[in-house]
Amino acid sequence: MEEKKDLIAVLQQIQQKAQDALHSVNSADDLERWKFTYLGRSSEVMQVFKEIPSMETALRPVLGQKANQVKTELEKRLELTHERIQQAALANNIKQQKLDVTLPGRQPERGRLHIATQTLQEIYRILAEMGFQVYRSREVESDEYNFELLNIPAYHPARDLWDTFYTKKEGVILRTHTSPGQIHAMHEYAPDPVRIVLPGMVYRYEQMDASHEIQFNQIELLAVGRNITFGDLRGTLEEFIRRMFGSGVETRLRPSYFPFTEPSAEMDMKCISCNGKGCGVCSGTGWLEILGCGMVHPTVLKNGGYDPEKFSGFAAGLGTERISMLRHGVDDIRNFWANDIRFLKQF
Amino acid sequence: MKLVLSWLKEFVDIDGSLEELAHAMTMIGLEVENIQLIGLAMPEGEHLEHQYSGLTWDKEKVVVAEVSEVMPHPNADRLVLCKLSDGQTEQVVLTGAPNLFDYKGKGPLAKPLKVAYAKEGTTLYDGHQPGKILTTLKRMKIRGVESSSMICSEKELGISDEHEGVIILDDDAPVGMPLVDYMGDAVIEVSILPNMVRDACMLGAAREIAAALNKPLRHPQPKLQGDGPKISGEVAIEITDPNLNPRFVFGMVRNATARPSPYWVQRRLRLAGMRPINSTVDATNYVMLEIGEPLHAFDYDVLKKRAGGKAPTIITRAAKKGEHLTTLDEAERTLDDFTILVTDTAGPLALAGVMGGLESEITDSTRTILLEGASWNFIHTRRTVSAQKLQSEAGYRFSRNIHPALAKLGVELCLSRIAEWSGGQIAMGLVDAYPKPHVDPLIEIAPEEIKHLIGISLTLQEVADLLTRLEFKCHIENAHVTVHCPPHRMDIGEGIIGKADLMEEITRLYGYDRIPSSRIADELPPQRANQQDDFERLVKNVLVSVGLQETINYRLTSPEEEARMFPEQSAKAAREYVELLNPISQDKRVLRTTLIPPMLANLEKNIRHAERLGFFEVGPVFLPEKNDALPREEYHLCIGLAGLHEKKHWDQKKNRGLDFFDLKGYMEVLLDALHVENAVFAPVEHFLFHPGKCSSMRCDEIEFGILGEVHPAVAEKYAFLENPVLIADINMELLLKSLPAVFRSEPVSAYPPVLEDLAMIVPEDMPSREVETVIRSAGGALLTDITLFDVFKGEQIGSGNKSLAYNLTFQSFDKTLTDKAVEKTRDRIIKALEDQIHATVRKK
Ligand SMILES: [Zn+2]
Repeated sequence: MEEKKDLIAVLQQIQQKAQDALHSVNSADDLERWKFTYLGRSSEVMQVFKEIPSMETALRPVLGQKANQVKTELEKRLELTHERIQQAALANNIKQQKLDVTLPGRQPERGRLHIATQTLQEIYRILAEMGFQVYRSREVESDEYNFELLNIPAYHPARDLWDTFYTKKEGVILRTHTSPGQIHAMHEYAPDPVRIVLPGMVYRYEQMDASHEIQFNQIELLAVGRNITFGDLRGTLEEFIRRMFGSGVETRLRPSYFPFTEPSAEMDMKCISCNGKGCGVCSGTGWLEILGCGMVHPTVLKNGGYDPEKFSGFAAGLGTERISMLRHGVDDIRNFWANDIRFLKQF
Repeated sequence: MKLVLSWLKEFVDIDGSLEELAHAMTMIGLEVENIQLIGLAMPEGEHLEHQYSGLTWDKEKVVVAEVSEVMPHPNADRLVLCKLSDGQTEQVVLTGAPNLFDYKGKGPLAKPLKVAYAKEGTTLYDGHQPGKILTTLKRMKIRGVESSSMICSEKELGISDEHEGVIILDDDAPVGMPLVDYMGDAVIEVSILPNMVRDACMLGAAREIAAALNKPLRHPQPKLQGDGPKISGEVAIEITDPNLNPRFVFGMVRNATARPSPYWVQRRLRLAGMRPINSTVDATNYVMLEIGEPLHAFDYDVLKKRAGGKAPTIITRAAKKGEHLTTLDEAERTLDDFTILVTDTAGPLALAGVMGGLESEITDSTRTILLEGASWNFIHTRRTVSAQKLQSEAGYRFSRNIHPALAKLGVELCLSRIAEWSGGQIAMGLVDAYPKPHVDPLIEIAPEEIKHLIGISLTLQEVADLLTRLEFKCHIENAHVTVHCPPHRMDIGEGIIGKADLMEEITRLYGYDRIPSSRIADELPPQRANQQDDFERLVKNVLVSVGLQETINYRLTSPEEEARMFPEQSAKAAREYVELLNPISQDKRVLRTTLIPPMLANLEKNIRHAERLGFFEVGPVFLPEKNDALPREEYHLCIGLAGLHEKKHWDQKKNRGLDFFDLKGYMEVLLDALHVENAVFAPVEHFLFHPGKCSSMRCDEIEFGILGEVHPAVAEKYAFLENPVLIADINMELLLKSLPAVFRSEPVSAYPPVLEDLAMIVPEDMPSREVETVIRSAGGALLTDITLFDVFKGEQIGSGNKSLAYNLTFQSFDKTLTDKAVEKTRDRIIKALEDQIHATVRKK
């Protein structure tokens, strides 16, 4: 009995000691050491197990049970401490991994279309939805296509409207507008109806300044059919301007002159930078000249292969860099072909 | 064109505000550019739609006054004292005006001088400073004489820049009347459209205004007393070609004396932008500004002398090429055969419709004036204006086509004004040669046609009423209106063109802003794709998606700029260019033949603004053709890279410069996006590129481009930083030909892949592509992917060798592959490598 009591007390002491030691365990290494000391092969508990066979038979079950109890209890505590330490380590890790989230991110390179292309593509998209398809033609043109077939005979005063670059080849010029494409397209499509947008680079012999360039993009609309009216022209252009500049934009149409249209008109838009109150952009008038247009001249229809008695059409043209300038507040057209990355990357 | 408000009002009643008038003018096609106020008050209103400038004259402070005596200044020779009455008080006013000195010390004037008088506190322009500087009159002492008010010059009142003397008003000016009520005015500057030269005069503009406001138009009436002997017999006219000179009219005034014109005439001329000369010359200019017909006055005695004392015969004809004439600007001109001349039997007298000759020009001593009004072929006139680089008021008008009817009216009006302002007797009658009278078009137009083209419904009567406002003669007949053009319009065509022209007139008067907007109701045309445009857009979008920036350059350049891309020592191939006849500058005198030099320039320009540059441009190059006047416009894509592989970053450990394989990677991504599957890169030599770092790009035997690292000898000509510059140049048309019409997708296998590495040693110059080809063909269907992951050169593997290491992916679409199956394929690949290219494959 004494022997048994003693061993049970020893086991209790062992348990107490191990549990006390566990309190000061705060790392995985400590825990490993504690495990070796209190649950290892040569630990006191294991020593007790080893002594049990030499005990009296009647005492063995009680002692065995008690020793198992202690071992299980210590193992359970080992597990809990392990968890505690792991969580503490994780918490510590997380604490140490804290970032300065205000540091700049690593930005992938973003590509961009040139602003001129972006504007053109937006115009194409809007016009495509309205049934106009892109038709392109050459930039170096004959005098015949650039002028004569458009009802602008040689030496006609209307030629004053375009300052032209001539090449050293007689009758070969840099197109002053995309209108030669009207004739090319009509020749190609007659007698089908036509609804196209003619985009591209055009050239003017001009002194360059903040609002004049020798090279700029233009788009023209051309619609030819049996029932195209001036009202259609107005409606189409108004729709286009609304899509381009916003639904609230007010426009007006006033008489003008182009040799290839009759009647001819210019469309003004309420200045978008001052809302029509008058500012530097609109020279104080509140209006911006935005495009020239008109009903295709009978002579041009005829030159394109359409009978002007049966067909009518409208045409409209505008410079698209000017649109970009208005929409984005660019104050100098010379920025466009300067290709300064500091300008280009703003779009 | 500067339109003078008071002058317009002679022909049409204008009651509304200036702002309303300007708006109406703009909306009818006379676009108002700006308005200069000459004394009138600024229109009221928060926002004005037009730009105003000028000076407002205070009604109280600026009045008509009269000077009754001009007295010498006690202490100053260059100043005089004027005894002046403004209708309320008598003043003594100090002035230095030279044109009052004639009256100095002559005691009380028999006929007092009417002047424009500004009282103390008036704000006007400082006459002594250049430009328009406002100043306010204050009381001060000049040389001991008190002064607080002044007699004004035109400059001080903002009428013109004239400050030689003070204004001496016409005698009828009522003393005490506010000056603004007497002669307040406005100058409305409008831009005249090329087909509206009829409106480049007061009457023409007034006609448009009358039509817009629906008011009657008053026509100027010549007052021809015809008190002199007849003109017939004094001069003969011979028109050689009525096509060049449809009409020629002469009138004559005898015993005229050129003198200063009445002040109101001078003022009107100045306001319209012309300088008064003398009463005779002013009369011709006045009538030109009034009705738009330029006139020319000859000294009749000079002509008679040239004709040997007999009545001269005036002949109009085309010049002979090389013929000479000294024009009144004293320039001796060599003429072209398209120039029309006014000549007499002794030779050329004037450049018809452009400028008179020096010899027969009227002078202050001219007594007998022969006045010409004519009509000239506008194309010939315009060619002369541009060939002689001679801008004149006459040339401007005649080169835009003036109606022959105005020749006669112009002469008649001018004769009466010369007689009125220069004195003399008007010879009875005119000499009028009009061999082929102009036929004004007669056009039929029906309301349905208007409805069909314009989209507005008008009645026959409405059509006729609108056109009548612009003096078209209209007759309603059954279902249409017959319209006869008035004898001042040269811009209305015949037949269907005339109809279109009338449509514009009708629409203009109806009001463009009243046209109802509609959606196109016409049939939708056949829809056609634009392959070129679609392709370009696709290419651009792919390049943007991988981070490249699009650039757009001038198409105009110089051969020197393009030559920068040649290495210094290389023979510069002579390139053919589309050359401009009239370049704007030497560096923009030809059209580019390549996109590369502008790309290099773009990289050079930006290299200090970003550590990494990736640009592309798509656009045409212009290649002259042997058998075609027009060049070939070939679309190219150019890609340019320069700088670091990655943008700098705060925790970046290492970075390297962009190199050949970065550029090639972009090309591969592009080709992949375009589904071009069999593109081949092969070494090639090109003067622009480093000989060892340049590759051609081919697809099915079409070489569509080249890429490489720019040759160091070229790069050193640009201010690049140390890193290499990489360029690719692709012919878009050839690349487009390599695109498959359709591409197919492939299924994704449901079975796991087996990954294997394969390393081998091959000779250093063995192209990697060749190794891959062997692996692929030996690998068969099970080998689904192959990726090179290491290239190594070093002593360990023997000099002249390299080691290549690949990841191979094996996969089946119908089963999980066994090691054995993979093993078999792998062995086959190894054997092929050993047999075909003698590779030493590292065994497992
Ligand atoms: Zn504005």
